[in-house]
Amino acid sequence: MISFPDVTTIPLASWIDAAMTWLLQNLSGFFDAVGFIILQVVLGFETIFLFIPWFIIILLVGLAGWKLVGSIRTGITFMIFMFLIGSFGYWELSMRTLSLVIASVFFALLIGIPSGISMARSDRTERILKPVLDAMQTMPSFVYLIPALMFFGMGKVPAMFATMIYAVPPVIRLTNVGIRTVDIEAVEAAKAFGATPKQILFDVQLPLAKPSIMVGINQTTMMALAMVVIGSMIGAKGLGMEVLLAINRIEVGRGFEAGVSIVFLAIIIDRITFSFSQKKEK
Amino acid sequence: MSEKKEQPQIVIKNLWKIYGKDPKRIFTKKMQDLSKDEIQEKTGCIVGMRNISLEVERGQFYILMGLSGSGKSTLIRALIRLIKPTDGSIEINGKDITKMNSEQLLHFRRDTYGMVFQHYGLLPHQTVLDNAAYGLKIRGVPKGERYAKAMRTLETVGLKGWEDYYPGSLSGGMQQRVGLARALANDPDILLMDEPFSGLDPLIRRQMQDELVELQEKLQKTIVFVTHDLHEALKLGDQIAIMRNGELVQVGTPEDIVSNPADDYVQEFVRDASPAKVLTAGTIMESPKVLLYAWEGPKTALTLLRSNNRKAAFVVDKGHKLLGVVKESKLEQLLNLAEKPKGIPLSAIKKITSVTEDTIVEDLFSIVSENPYPIPVVDENNKFKGMVTTDQIFESIAPAADEGGDND
Repeated sequence: MISFPDVTTIPLASWIDAAMTWLLQNLSGFFDAVGFIILQVVLGFETIFLFIPWFIIILLVGLAGWKLVGSIRTGITFMIFMFLIGSFGYWELSMRTLSLVIASVFFALLIGIPSGISMARSDRTERILKPVLDAMQTMPSFVYLIPALMFFGMGKVPAMFATMIYAVPPVIRLTNVGIRTVDIEAVEAAKAFGATPKQILFDVQLPLAKPSIMVGINQTTMMALAMVVIGSMIGAKGLGMEVLLAINRIEVGRGFEAGVSIVFLAIIIDRITFSFSQKKEK
Repeated sequence: MSEKKEQPQIVIKNLWKIYGKDPKRIFTKKMQDLSKDEIQEKTGCIVGMRNISLEVERGQFYILMGLSGSGKSTLIRALIRLIKPTDGSIEINGKDITKMNSEQLLHFRRDTYGMVFQHYGLLPHQTVLDNAAYGLKIRGVPKGERYAKAMRTLETVGLKGWEDYYPGSLSGGMQQRVGLARALANDPDILLMDEPFSGLDPLIRRQMQDELVELQEKLQKTIVFVTHDLHEALKLGDQIAIMRNGELVQVGTPEDIVSNPADDYVQEFVRDASPAKVLTAGTIMESPKVLLYAWEGPKTALTLLRSNNRKAAFVVDKGHKLLGVVKESKLEQLLNLAEKPKGIPLSAIKKITSVTEDTIVEDLFSIVSENPYPIPVVDENNKFKGMVTTDQIFESIAPAADEGGDND
């Protein structure tokens, strides 16, 4: 076997470390401010979900299942799921998890949709962003969990930050694809009537790309939910932490209860967000 | 065509479109002499339009025709700068649109054009009314006014009562009516139509064509219309430009194109065309050997007939108006009368069906089969212009008939 020559060693690791140190020393104020804003949003959602009485939330979820997803049966199934989560004793934790997921998705969309739009409008942006998105999706999440910890400390904020990085690619990709595959003649027609690029975007491209963007939002939400267990490792309270504790103590039953609760939440969120992409015009 | 010398509304000069990397740099005047294939070989660039020059008069129905890849869609898009030409100029109402910046272009598009697309290009999430009003919305017309205008154009295209529906629930023909209404709502100077009827069923297509002809009679817009269907071109066009491989092959009236195809390509195109649908009585008529005047005596008339070996002839009055046809036997009878008439009396003249110069040959068939005489051709004042014989009719349609007729 011929071993790889030592001469070509590139000290990428030490560069990254140096950059980290520099960022921590010089931009800690910035990260504190960002962290504060993110935290307020999560706490806002948490307050809302914990304030609304459980039976009203169950009713609302049932209503959403009935009106948005399809039949009364779906609504009733969703209500049973929510009721089971509560009866496992995980109502509060599931509400915290839900707040975390919703806040993460909120920020992911805030970044993702404009990125997707700019990617659709410029081939060069697309060329640059594509490998970045690939990296975000394939990079093991622990790799950026640790820097997130160093920037924001323990708790909800780094968990959300990591969740966002992991969950944002689908909505960016699908916004891009959605806009790029809009009927060319519809765009040409708008152009022919003298529409500005902004008018074309809001009158034609976004509305016609809506189903695709909605699928992206749905995917992003599901991936955010999948990150809650990992998020709990750095101190975000929620169902994920329950799973983690159960694993540590080898309490199979408890772990299963928490796991099933996550699955129930996932199914409900998936069906509801997916229904938005399916909504047909008359 | 108008007599007064007016600047044509659209003047295209030496227009080129070359696709490829950095075509501006590659493009040189030397290319003028190279063919499309030579250019592609030398530079690796694809030629979309090659040195096109043409003029469209105000109010003209101008057809761009060719097979797919002939550059007709590129040309119509260049007219509104959805495609930026590589070289050459396009003057519209005296302004060169190839030199406009994007801001000027937006305004020029808003004020000048209406465009209709092959696949309609409608907004599926908006109602028919909102779609029809879209061009006005872009212009910044207030809501009430643009809806009122859009309603009026929807009525014009026969879509009254459909304004609250969404395009998806309409048939293709109706969707294209929405597209047409949207283009007309702006009251544009120039109407661009890119294969608007190609996607429709033949019956609906024909109906839409008829309606467009009717509409154009009222509106008198300048229309540039792209099609690959010769029948459509012949039916609608005042002027037809045939394109191939990005070049203009022939420009002319429908009759020019059918009767004098410029080369084999055009020949091939018009092969399936039934000349009977294009040629008119005016183009194939000839002057009669003998024409009788009503005031001439029967004796003179008979001499004229016999010296020309004719058995009958048309009779006109002093104003050269057609009275009918008179037979040799009738004249002989007149001569045998005790009191010889001075002229040819009306009673001796048989009335006969006449046609005008723009009657198409196809419509002559039934008349020919009805009576044994040639068909007289008159103008709108019944003035005699010429006549069409059975032989001429068959001669005029002979080439297509040999090829097996039209079955498109």
